[in-house]
Amino acid sequence: MNASEDRGVWLYAVMPEAGASALGGLTGVSAEHPRAVTAGTLVAVVGDVPLSSFGEEALRRNLEDLDWLATVARAHDTVIAALVERGPVAPVRLATVYHDDGSVRVAVEQRAADFERTLEHVSGRVEWGVKAFLQIEPEPARPVKSGEGAGAAYLARRRRALASSEERQWHAAEQASHIHAALSELAADACTHPPQSRALTDQDGPMVLNGAYLVDAERAEQFAETVDSCDRDSALLTVTLTGPWPPYSFSSLEEP
Amino acid sequence: MTVPARAGNRNVALIDLLDRVLAGGVVVSGEITLSIADVDLVQVSLRTLITSITALQPHHE
Repeated sequence: MNASEDRGVWLYAVMPEAGASALGGLTGVSAEHPRAVTAGTLVAVVGDVPLSSFGEEALRRNLEDLDWLATVARAHDTVIAALVERGPVAPVRLATVYHDDGSVRVAVEQRAADFERTLEHVSGRVEWGVKAFLQIEPEPARPVKSGEGAGAAYLARRRRALASSEERQWHAAEQASHIHAALSELAADACTHPPQSRALTDQDGPMVLNGAYLVDAERAEQFAETVDSCDRDSALLTVTLTGPWPPYSFSSLEEP
Repeated sequence: MTVPARAGNRNVALIDLLDRVLAGGVVVSGEITLSIADVDLVQVSLRTLITSITALQPHHE
């Protein structure tokens, strides 16, 4: 299909040619059916999207609309997650749009060696997310002491609370770094995302780890069990597992 | 902890998804979106998120 003037080509992912057959069942960001564009030994999975919504100006506007962004992000992810079932996939960042198939082909062929290396890196592996949150401190028992002035007692309590809060933060950071190290040992690759704002998470305490781990498929159980035991063993942190994710966090084309 | 089900039936938190689709994935220059730099895109979207969530919870300080 040739892109006409008012349509653009949305790029979802790049994969080896063998994996990209029978894309018909998928539904994309614009309710279109994604299709394959061959680029050498690689295939770009793309969708035809109207520029009235996905052109540069429209994108800028629409990205400010949370409902639009959420719908498109989920559709982009759904297509990529379905592709992962068929073989190694290099997901492409949200909102990468071309004028036509020819431009997609050129862009992929120019970076073919980088794509090949990325696909090899993620092949047979799955991304898992692990987040750790500092648990909210339980209310300290009110000390009942006679012979101490109320003001002095208050100040002493405040000092202890502050010291214990700093100590908790410090221990939390240390535990988070141990957990990250232990999980990285099980992973082929690991990285961290910036902690999410407390307003955006479903936890009361601050996030102290937002890690991503690229794990061999056959080690999934072991990885999940390790996350589980990190959660159980820590009185300070709540540790949660998300995924499996397509390898979003491990698809940089830079030399690892 | 059981290993969560694979694609198809995933219940994915939007914020975790945005961490990945806006900051992860291969960055290739799209022709049409050339001027939407990756960093800008993340900031735009996170600003949107925070604004929207604040707007949804006016009583929640």
